[in-house]
Amino acid sequence: MLGQVIALVVLVLGTAALGVWWSARQGAVRAPREVPAGIDWSSAGITLAERVTFVQFSAEVCAACRSTARVLGGLTGSSSGVGHRELLVDDHLDLVRKLGVLRTPTVLVVDGGGREVARMSGVVSDTQARQALNRVPLTAGAEADGEGQS
Amino acid sequence: MSVSKGIDPRGPRVGASITAVLLAAVVLLGASTAGLWLLTFIMLSFLLGTLRGAEGSWQGMLFKKFVRPRLGPPGEMEDRRPPRFAQGVGLFVTAVGVLLGFFGVLPAVPIAAAVAFVAAALNAVVGLCLGCEMYLLMRRAGLVRA
Repeated sequence: MLGQVIALVVLVLGTAALGVWWSARQGAVRAPREVPAGIDWSSAGITLAERVTFVQFSAEVCAACRSTARVLGGLTGSSSGVGHRELLVDDHLDLVRKLGVLRTPTVLVVDGGGREVARMSGVVSDTQARQALNRVPLTAGAEADGEGQS
Repeated sequence: MSVSKGIDPRGPRVGASITAVLLAAVVLLGASTAGLWLLTFIMLSFLLGTLRGAEGSWQGMLFKKFVRPRLGPPGEMEDRRPPRFAQGVGLFVTAVGVLLGFFGVLPAVPIAAAVAFVAAALNAVVGLCLGCEMYLLMRRAGLVRA
């Protein structure tokens, strides 16, 4: 019996540690992942916004995707040149593999030139979304606009 | 499938905490026949939740009857599909333990219970849906289909 009690205590402590670690990572703005350049966003049906586009990868079985979409959608309404596009991972598995997306929701912060400047995964708060937005200078969109066409 | 209103998001979390307590009991029972029977009962509960949705499991009914009347209305409703998918993941994990247990591999019982406990406890406490986190990985590996 003592062995089982010890096993349960270890299990509870391990679970608690996992929970704290997971909660801290939710929506944190991270550096972009190194992916092969030249992602053709338009072939995935994505028209990029002028300055920043939040490209969100979602799944039907993902409750956190809904609240994330609401936060990002609200932000596009209040800031100019900012777009939000939501993709279902089931329809874009090739893109998911190419971009190294491992979980839903994953949000790629893409500048006007089609380059990923940051990414977030897990439920994204309004503060975190604004933090990501600040990574793209206000002028970048206009300058990089032509590069995305090739 | 109609998803008009959705379900109270607190329901699956209350249900997960009940399930987590039962799974902890299986861990305490260890590699025993009693543990195997309790895990079988939990597996059948997950089967019910998979077939009818988390709100249709007995834990969901307990929430509706005894907990919800004491709470205010939820801030927002939740799609019923994610919690239902999570029930399916719970069903899979516990079924592996139960099957191995009935084939004489009793140590598999507390191990399967421990794995399911981690998922249920995290769901209850921080709202993490482990099955949902794993969904894309399973899709990428071709283990599940849309």
